[in-house]
Amino acid sequence: MFFQQVINGLTVGSIYALVALGYSMVYGVLQIVNWAHADVMMVGTFIGMTLISMLHVPVVAMIILAAGATALIGMGVERVAYRPIKVNRRMAVLVSALGMSVFLQNLAQLVWGSGSRPLAIIARKTFAAGSVSFTNLQIIITLVTLFMLFVLYVLVYKTKIGVAMRACSTSIENAKLMGINTNLIISATFALGSFIAGIGGVLIGAYYNSVYPTMGYLLGMKAFSAAILGGIGSIPGSVIGGYLIGLIESLGAGYISSNYRDAYSFLVMIIILALRPSGIMGAKRIDKV
Amino acid sequence: MITNLLKGKENQLQVIKKYLLAAVLVFLVCTPKIISSLYVLHIFISCFIYIALTLSLNLIIGWSGQFSLGHVCFFGMGAYITTLLMMNTGMSFWFALLISAVCTGVLGALLCIPTLKLRGDYLAVVTLGFGEVFRLVMTNWTSVTRGPMGLPGIPSPSLFGISLHSRVQFYYMGLIVMLLVVFFMVRLNNSGFGLSMLAMNDDDIAASSIGIYPVKFKLWAFVIGAVIAAFVGSFYAIYIGFISPSSFTYQGSITMCAMVVLGGMASIPGSVFGAVILTVLPEALRAFSDYRMVLYGATMVLMMLFKPMGIWGIDKRIRNEYKLKTKGGRKWKQS
Repeated sequence: MFFQQVINGLTVGSIYALVALGYSMVYGVLQIVNWAHADVMMVGTFIGMTLISMLHVPVVAMIILAAGATALIGMGVERVAYRPIKVNRRMAVLVSALGMSVFLQNLAQLVWGSGSRPLAIIARKTFAAGSVSFTNLQIIITLVTLFMLFVLYVLVYKTKIGVAMRACSTSIENAKLMGINTNLIISATFALGSFIAGIGGVLIGAYYNSVYPTMGYLLGMKAFSAAILGGIGSIPGSVIGGYLIGLIESLGAGYISSNYRDAYSFLVMIIILALRPSGIMGAKRIDKV
Repeated sequence: MITNLLKGKENQLQVIKKYLLAAVLVFLVCTPKIISSLYVLHIFISCFIYIALTLSLNLIIGWSGQFSLGHVCFFGMGAYITTLLMMNTGMSFWFALLISAVCTGVLGALLCIPTLKLRGDYLAVVTLGFGEVFRLVMTNWTSVTRGPMGLPGIPSPSLFGISLHSRVQFYYMGLIVMLLVVFFMVRLNNSGFGLSMLAMNDDDIAASSIGIYPVKFKLWAFVIGAVIAAFVGSFYAIYIGFISPSSFTYQGSITMCAMVVLGGMASIPGSVFGAVILTVLPEALRAFSDYRMVLYGATMVLMMLFKPMGIWGIDKRIRNEYKLKTKGGRKWKQS
């Protein structure tokens, strides 16, 4: 029972980590919460679903195309809803982001209907080892997540654009002075965050075998809790936070009550924000939250 | 001489404003006599409910500067407590209303305390989380709330032996609730309490330096906002006669917040306009029912791009004050 819950928790947790990265990276650069992030992910997942069910694109190509489309949408959202508003008008940014989220959700409802659609990317096989059983999909989810984290690590810590991103997250004004094209970097951050989230979306759609227009809301809230738990703005923090939230949720559902499965992550988030707002890995900044 | 003339003109404007307000009031009082369509009356009642809710949320968001996205939690809490008290103990509506207002106010204070340190996006997320936890509890606590099936057949209240059940009666009740809330907010806005809150919202460090203790005002804003929402929630419950967790989803909170921002922060006429526009607009767009929520989202984005302060936002009010002041007409209000 315990190990079974741990395996399930790690699977969901890896997806929360993928989505949380997008929140965290955008926050790191712009100090705003991208409320439309999870809905961008949802639209990307629907595009992936369409690609595989109507056009019969091979699975690997589908995942990459869906994530690419998500990246484009993410960049578009930044261009339309965030960039024209001055960042210091936080209230306006927040409402515009909420508006974008409502817009995307209802657009998806209009295009794909409000019901849930199946998304199968692979024939399921179940393996059993002692009392624990796991599916091939869970293995794929874990491997893809680890691979994406590796790619992200290389991109952020070993390439020039990664250096520029980290410079922007330290201080966007100073980055500008150093000749960094900050608008480009902001776009790239949105694209990268949405790309990773797009992969996460397809994976969770396949894991639960359903895609629906409001899937972004709960998933987004949990991923945001994960980003806060790990320390928003910190990349390793989001990954740890994602896995922790997955574990907490899964163990809570197994041992306390599965009816309140969705409430655990909120409670963790509220406790963390009240006690240690900078999270596990976040740098302590004075008067930030 | 010129100032005197302008002064006269300004007084005229104020007189016109007063007549206009009186005309609107008379119209609202006579509406049920003129219009017999139950559907139109329902829209009027919805407008009253949303005006009161928007004002109570604006107190939290606009006056005290705390971006709360969990207002539906207080609204729903009021509705549920009143309904449960009425249905399980046979208590009269008015007594249940009082108890539910007190409970919700206490809850508002309790929710506010751990979040006092938080600002902006963080507070928004946490309050959204509160709303979600409330919905989950109402869905899963089936022994009391009947879970997702909801509570049908809420008894109608009676006043001085007259049972209130027809739509016209509810119309007048809603009108009274709305007017009371508007009156309360106008009084609050002109009081030292409201001004202190605005000062704290502008700059809490500067405000503390002149003796305004921010925690006190933040807490009171939450409590008062919660109590008003509970009143309105109770009214909603007896009017609709059925409540279920799906009446209190996060979309409700986002709608209220959109009304506040569309109208303008810390603005009473703004809240009224915002609430009326966003209640009537979806009804008017019924012909495009498929597209209306898409348009709604797009409107929120466009509004923020072109008018980030709202329709009746602070920029407009400052300009008005300036206009009046340069004409020498109006002295600054003293409280």
